[in-house]
Amino acid sequence: MTDPLLQVENLGKRFGGFVALDGINLDVANGERLGLIGPNGSGKSTLVNCLCGTLHNETGAVRFNGTPVNGLLAHQRTHLGMARSFQLPRPFHTLTVAENLRVPLLYTVNARPDTSLSESEIEDRCHEFLRLVSLEHKARKMPRDLTQVEMRKLELARAMAADPKLLIADESMAGLSQSEVKDIVALLIRLNERGITIILIEHIMSAVMSFSQRLVVLVSGKKIADGNPDDVIRDPEVERAYLG
Amino acid sequence: MRNWQFFLAALAVSGLAYLGTRLIGNDYVYFAGYVVLQFVVLATAWNILGGYCGYVNFGSAAFFAIGAYSTVALHKFPQLSARYLPETLNSVVEFIFPLSIPVMIVIGGAIAGLVGLGTGYLTLRLRGVFFAIATLALAVVLQTLIVNWDYVGGSRGAYIIRPNTTPYFDINYIEYLFIIMLLLAVIAITVARSIERSQLGYGFATIRDDELAAEATGVPTLRLKLIATTLSGAFMGMAGAPFPFYIGYLEPSSAFGLAYAVNAIAMPMIGGTTSWVGPLLGAILLGTLQQVASVTISSAVSLLIVGLLLVFFVIIAPNGIIGLWQDYFPRKEAPARENSKAEAT
Ligand SMILES: Nc1ncnc2c1ncn2[C@@H]1O[C@H](COP(=O)(O)OP(=O)(O)O)[C@@H](O)[C@H]1O
Ligand SMILES: [Mg+2]
Repeated sequence: MTDPLLQVENLGKRFGGFVALDGINLDVANGERLGLIGPNGSGKSTLVNCLCGTLHNETGAVRFNGTPVNGLLAHQRTHLGMARSFQLPRPFHTLTVAENLRVPLLYTVNARPDTSLSESEIEDRCHEFLRLVSLEHKARKMPRDLTQVEMRKLELARAMAADPKLLIADESMAGLSQSEVKDIVALLIRLNERGITIILIEHIMSAVMSFSQRLVVLVSGKKIADGNPDDVIRDPEVERAYLG
Repeated sequence: MRNWQFFLAALAVSGLAYLGTRLIGNDYVYFAGYVVLQFVVLATAWNILGGYCGYVNFGSAAFFAIGAYSTVALHKFPQLSARYLPETLNSVVEFIFPLSIPVMIVIGGAIAGLVGLGTGYLTLRLRGVFFAIATLALAVVLQTLIVNWDYVGGSRGAYIIRPNTTPYFDINYIEYLFIIMLLLAVIAITVARSIERSQLGYGFATIRDDELAAEATGVPTLRLKLIATTLSGAFMGMAGAPFPFYIGYLEPSSAFGLAYAVNAIAMPMIGGTTSWVGPLLGAILLGTLQQVASVTISSAVSLLIVGLLLVFFVIIAPNGIIGLWQDYFPRKEAPARENSKAEAT
């Protein structure tokens, strides 16, 4: 058996006296498609922030691809191959949509010792990722000219552009139409088939169920279920957490 | 246009400007022009950190003064060495000194750049108004140090006798200082422009827009901030290095003058902070306006004008003259950076 791509051990995070994450253990295998669900405020985004270095967890250890990442800055983790989208989109608002995608290409992909994209390759990749999320026609627009939904797509495309080993999508599909949700799920599955491990955080259950090979449920900062999606969803404890 | 092409073009333009001043044939042009050019360098330097990265520096006067006082220190060094150093060492000093102005600019720039690096390091975790306050505090601390440092004149100030002419060209010294500042402005603007169109420029823009998102996409924001504080500080120091020779008598209150802190902020803000054009435009407009106002009215009034203009622009046109221009003549699409294609390194 090979080592998991992501190993989270006893991860804990507090905001003042409030326990946002309480002893999370989680292994994610290379190539896995993991769904992460939980009611609002259960700590899903906080977990992403701790994994990616946006927030610092007080307790616990995170290993990525065999490297302990505790103490690494967010950009160093991105360089190792983690990428995430923010739940509330955070585009670079003085750069055009296409330029937003240049940033991870310049600073993450090109920073790898074995890659050096030429200017035209960078241009091509920007457009390729924009095409994947159907934003090509907005390439030259500024982020303020995008709708919320388009902003989410840009957020996702920018994470994909970092050419990650692990992609974490934090509620990227809120507000999308059913057919768009289907498109994005299909896209994520295609990316996964190219070898990218994906953690999908989503409230839209149809998307989660069609995407996930494994499902993890977070409630009040605790992991309460982890396993086969069909089993997890029928778990009485999970049902209780969702129904109140 | 590539960087070296831009540099040559800027040299050509400044050469023409210089020829123009020769036609006027009055030294007053050089006295006034020097100040305007000094502000071009100062504003361009401020904008590298303030405009490109979004970190507002209120302590520009400190970096300017570091450059000026490093020149004073270097200028007085032979006296010191004659008194305290052994004969052999002193003869070496006498051989090297007095240093030429360009050399003193390089040294002053290096020292101010180091102080910029240190400032950046100490304020790495500070953002927004806290960063601005820290830079203001730096200026206060440095001024206190200089006031109490006798070697550079302390609170009494220091006299620097400006030579009448230069050893190399048969021109008035003030004209020589003007030419040097003209070249420095060309260099500063070329550097600023090349940053804008480089990977570094994208990194700076992401820091200005959203540091968390910048880190998440792989931008080493702390390192980039240090690069920006160093570069910005260095150019401010370079702008200040020739100043003692211009003014003849340097005292802390003039080197740390309010005019530098205010103008360094006002000129880019009024011109527009997103590109090198803004600080250049702002410095030429405001600098000239102030020269005219201080001759015709008084220098206090000239600073008042700057203050009022700054308030006006911050409220009415936060993107400066360039922003106004773009609003009136919008391009069909947002600016593409196609020309960076040829310049990628
Ligand atoms: N920066 C913060 N400071 C204080 N509390 C926070 C912060 N971020 C999140 N929280 C709190 O932590 C809890 C978990 O939030 P979050 O991780 O965003 O939940 P989810 O993504 O599952 O909806 C919420 O109660 C939220 O109010
Ligand atoms: Mg969330």
